[in-house]
Amino acid sequence: MSDLLEVSDLTVHFQSDAGAIEAVDHINFTIRRGEVVGLVGESGSGKSVSSFAVLRLIRRPGEVKSGSIRFDGVDLATLTEEEMRRIRGAKISMISQSPRTALNPVIPVGKQISRLFQVHEGVSGRAAEKRMLEMLDLVRIPDPKRRAAQYAHQLSGGMCQRIMIAMALATSPQLLIADEPTTGLDVSIAARILDLLRELGSKTGAAILLITHDLGVVAEICDRVVVMHAGQVVESAPVRDIFRNPAHPYTRALVGSIPRVDRDVTMMPIPGSVPSLLNPPPGCRYASRCDHVTEECRITRPSLVLRATDHAVACHHAEDLQAKGVAA
Amino acid sequence: MSSAAPNIASKPAQRSLVWRRIRRNPLSFGALCVIVLIILAAIFAPIVAPYDPDLPDAMTAFESVSWAHPLGTDMYGRDQLSRIIYAARVDLTVAFAATALAVAVGAVFGAMVGYAGGWVDNVAMRVVDAVMAFPAFVLAMGITAALGNSTVNVALAISITQVPAYLRLIRGEMLRIREMEYADAARTVGNPPWRIVFIHLLPNCLPPLIVQATLAMGFALLTMAALSFIGLGIKPPQAEWGVMTAEGAAQIVTGEWWLFLFPGLAIMITVLAFNLVGDGLRDFLDPRMRGIR
Repeated sequence: MSDLLEVSDLTVHFQSDAGAIEAVDHINFTIRRGEVVGLVGESGSGKSVSSFAVLRLIRRPGEVKSGSIRFDGVDLATLTEEEMRRIRGAKISMISQSPRTALNPVIPVGKQISRLFQVHEGVSGRAAEKRMLEMLDLVRIPDPKRRAAQYAHQLSGGMCQRIMIAMALATSPQLLIADEPTTGLDVSIAARILDLLRELGSKTGAAILLITHDLGVVAEICDRVVVMHAGQVVESAPVRDIFRNPAHPYTRALVGSIPRVDRDVTMMPIPGSVPSLLNPPPGCRYASRCDHVTEECRITRPSLVLRATDHAVACHHAEDLQAKGVAA
Repeated sequence: MSSAAPNIASKPAQRSLVWRRIRRNPLSFGALCVIVLIILAAIFAPIVAPYDPDLPDAMTAFESVSWAHPLGTDMYGRDQLSRIIYAARVDLTVAFAATALAVAVGAVFGAMVGYAGGWVDNVAMRVVDAVMAFPAFVLAMGITAALGNSTVNVALAISITQVPAYLRLIRGEMLRIREMEYADAARTVGNPPWRIVFIHLLPNCLPPLIVQATLAMGFALLTMAALSFIGLGIKPPQAEWGVMTAEGAAQIVTGEWWLFLFPGLAIMITVLAFNLVGDGLRDFLDPRMRGIR
């Protein structure tokens, strides 16, 4: 099966008074049909920007500098704005970070979903409403008729997120981008939302790009993981390999920073923070935070190299490190 | 929130909430009652007015306040009270039409300009600055003087002077609201730009617009009365507050005080009422109170 989404060499810059900020720097990743891919990284590592770039919604002062995004075999850059608009929401849809503020405060939530059917499928108002109620039922909103007539501020956070998911899946997209879908929700609600996502994803055959900084979430529902740091992809691998056999020092540090209650190991926070993306250093962008840094790291930038099947790493010392195990 | 939870936003509860908040501001509520009374009087003028407003009666010219003519009569013996009541029809209609037109034009263009941003926004704002550089009243005078002072032209003139204010208001709101997450969300689901602007975002700009429009109703009324007063508004045989005040002003020296006082009071009370209601609405529609509605 061919890849559903193929991002290659994507670079996004933001112009600021001080110069260009390289928010996303030559990144590559793919998503296969029906796959759940986790896009992981700290705040400011370019996760959300990448997803907006996929929808071609980067706005001033941001600008896509290079790279191509192929969706279902079509280069999205070649489409007209009108064609792109028909893909957004219909073939690629997105769940946003904060469901409550992403819902329009002056339109009843049900109407926001049923309008999608009208915009993308041109069905009548009554048919759209019927399908909207089915969607609400699908995401397990109790008493859908009453909820549909309510406004975002009258619903709880979990409820709003369900509405967002219903909205995102309404037009049976092939790719669902979920941008930190569980931030701001308490743990039990978050777990239920994730279950719902996974279940609906496999039911509708939609691939999911899950953007998160929470490796716990990744372990729970992802098939494959793409790790980003400072606007670059540092490692991509099946979820099992990421936890069992991480190769990049940053991934190792991320895995090491998961709090464990089942084992007597100290949680290891990662020192430092994401370097400034305004005139970043020429070498590896993780060099200033890395324990294994050598002279080579500071001078030449490691490229993303396939180490094993499906396991790519961007580090000069990946081989040595992997041999040493996860002891990071 | 489970489905078994009591519905906190049930209709009767909502109504009592609105009622309670209205009562918290008795002045504005009183002003609203005054406006409703004036509107009712204007609509039912033929029933409410004791006399025909345009019927001259040589026998009763220049009669002072009396039981037969509570607000006196003018130089043609027309009943002042009836004329004031009938004048409310013209005054309110023109003020409302002018405001509605200005709001519609200002909101549509303001929304588009604000959403587009960039050079479109820059050009539009400089045009707005240019129009606003004229004193509004002088501009209105110029327009009616140039186009001729028919009722429609008066409404048009007033509305032209007001469009820039709405345009700027809505443009400012739009600049803020287009950065909201629900604007992004509307884009991510593939809405065409016109749907995003007019269906998703513009309704969110309405509260300040409503307040501004209410306050502007009073201003429109005042502009119109002033235009009529100097002879560039509604023309004399027609009963209109500004016209009547002008006619009455001529009689001050001869002591017929009721002729200018009562139409003047009508203008003052109505303008004040609109301003008080606008003020109350501002409190009522405060974004921080939106949750209760």
